[in-house]
Amino acid sequence: MSKTIYDKILESHLVEEQSDGTILLYIDRHLVHEVTSPQAFEGLRMTNRKVKSPLSTLAVADHNVPTTDRSKGIADKESAIQVETLSKNCKEFGVNFFGLNDKRQGIVHVIGPEQGFTQPGMTIVCGDSHTSTHGAFGALAFGIGTSEVEHVLATQTLIQTKAKNFRINVNGKLPLGVTAKDVILTIIGKIGTAGGTGYVIEYAGDVFRNFSMEERMTVCNMSIEAGARAGLIAPDQKTFDYIKGRPMAPKADKWEQAVNYWKTLFTDKDAKFDREIHLNANEIEPTVTWGTSPQDISSINGNVPDPTVEKNEDKKKSIIRSLNYMGLEPNTPIKDIKIDKVFIGSCTNGRIEDLREVVKIVKGKKVNKNVEAIVVPGSGLVKLQAEQEGIDIILKEAGFEWREPGCSMCLGMNPDQLKPQERCASTSNRNFEGRQGRGGRTHLVSPVMAAAAAIEGKFVDIRKII
Amino acid sequence: MEKFSKIKAIAADLQIMNVDTDMIIPKQFLKTIKRTGLGSALFYEMRYDQKGNLIKDFVLNNDPFNKAKILISGKNFGCGSSREHAPWALLDFGIRCIIAPSFADIFYNNCFKNGILPIILDENKVKELSEIAKQKKEIEIDLVDQKILKEDNQPFDFEIESFKKECLLNGYDDIALTLKKESKINNFEQKRKNITPWLY
Ligand code: SF4
Repeated sequence: MSKTIYDKILESHLVEEQSDGTILLYIDRHLVHEVTSPQAFEGLRMTNRKVKSPLSTLAVADHNVPTTDRSKGIADKESAIQVETLSKNCKEFGVNFFGLNDKRQGIVHVIGPEQGFTQPGMTIVCGDSHTSTHGAFGALAFGIGTSEVEHVLATQTLIQTKAKNFRINVNGKLPLGVTAKDVILTIIGKIGTAGGTGYVIEYAGDVFRNFSMEERMTVCNMSIEAGARAGLIAPDQKTFDYIKGRPMAPKADKWEQAVNYWKTLFTDKDAKFDREIHLNANEIEPTVTWGTSPQDISSINGNVPDPTVEKNEDKKKSIIRSLNYMGLEPNTPIKDIKIDKVFIGSCTNGRIEDLREVVKIVKGKKVNKNVEAIVVPGSGLVKLQAEQEGIDIILKEAGFEWREPGCSMCLGMNPDQLKPQERCASTSNRNFEGRQGRGGRTHLVSPVMAAAAAIEGKFVDIRKII
Repeated sequence: MEKFSKIKAIAADLQIMNVDTDMIIPKQFLKTIKRTGLGSALFYEMRYDQKGNLIKDFVLNNDPFNKAKILISGKNFGCGSSREHAPWALLDFGIRCIIAPSFADIFYNNCFKNGILPIILDENKVKELSEIAKQKKEIEIDLVDQKILKEDNQPFDFEIESFKKECLLNGYDDIALTLKKESKINNFEQKRKNITPWLY
């Protein structure tokens, strides 16, 4: 029978299947961070259980760490305790841990691929919903809660139910200045934030084939914003080239063996999908969110919606609520929206390629006098690479702040936050109420759109600049 | 985990679509290393003003809804992050059952690990329950028979996977259940080592 890539990966990890469809899924790799793991380790201790496969587990502190000078440790007491707890737990249970001063420290979803920890055909989990990022390598990767983190630590398996298959095809040629971020935002706008609920999404078509691994990660990263726990892209030569030679990649004769296996990971020709949609790349535009859900998208040339023309009562209420929170009048042109802050970073857009694109826009220019702009590299290695290329110098000369790696203003657990009513152009993935700080107003955009907004002080059509 | 079989209680009505986990429990409360004590922070930014005073017109701040055990809400409840702090906060507040037209996957799973029953119901039925909730009338949830009982003696049926139901009814610890299958897992792992040796 013809199978999808999801079916293939799932079947190869099936320890057991019950008659009601409940399955026991074997987990190859587990990423752990400080916020969603303390209660899981505590659970193990209370029941006298061990970590079953410490070598399959990799831990790092990223959510709750300062991005300013770290030489004196973490000032916030609770944050310090949480990071310290992770370090202690890793020592006690024998788990590999990248400490705060390790140059490999960074956002879990940046360091997994960077270290070669992430590979095709694997099942990968993490107590974080953006684990879907790793699907860019043709892995089945999804976020789990803390109880499930404990379950994986103790058993190296998870109790699951099968998901349905959903294929999203994007073919054609993306206009200049339109990025992977605009593609995924457009997809979310089309299917909605619950459109992928219950599905695993496969991204197919020449747009994704032509994308670099970084761009593929940006797309898979936001699968969860479309409601899908996992999104993936079949691996190809680009995937193999990216992994080769990384510290945790297969070595010597095992490399060939691995690549041969990875080459079997594709969707068979006649495989059935429960849902399928097609998008035309030529029609995708630079995209900006106007509301408090990632599905609230507009083209840069569009306007903020008018609730009075919405017929569905629930939707109307939700638009009113969003506009009220965002401090926006109906029908305002997106291009007239002025911003106070710019955040470039996160597991969606904090990789070296993203930073290279940003400097192309800001080189020799100055950040608008009304704007505060920060760039937070996704990992210590991204930071080092950027500094070797002189990216930090260009950014600083333009007036951006250059920070230490971590999640930072993506969720604002550390001091990097928006103040009430501050408006931000952000390359992160969530524009929920209060996400970047109580009362803060987030507009999700691509790195180049954020860079251009930093210079102009408002949103501009990137296609007119490059 | 506390068992769940039947509850009869006041329901609070929160008719908002896409209630996300940042709303349910904002980031500043994720710094804890415990599971307990989050109830007072539930829906923090909707419940308290900037000075930390209770906002009067928020449903959970008012009697009898401050004692609600059931929450009725809109589509795609629990979307966003995987933080289990969301169900922990709901549970700590006293919520044992959430009824909505749909839930986000990770949140839905997390509920079951904490003795909370999430019920998916047609939109018009959810609306009917929300009216009952507003009238401060009790609703009864019977997990054994998979029924929602209300005054009019016309109960709504609901669906739930049999394994999840078993676990809730008995308050099972998943991990203990899985550990009983340890030899099976080890055999599987052995087989996998032969097929994909580069992973070990
Ligand atoms: S960067 Fe943001 S979305 Fe990504 S893992 Fe960190 S907090 Fe989550």
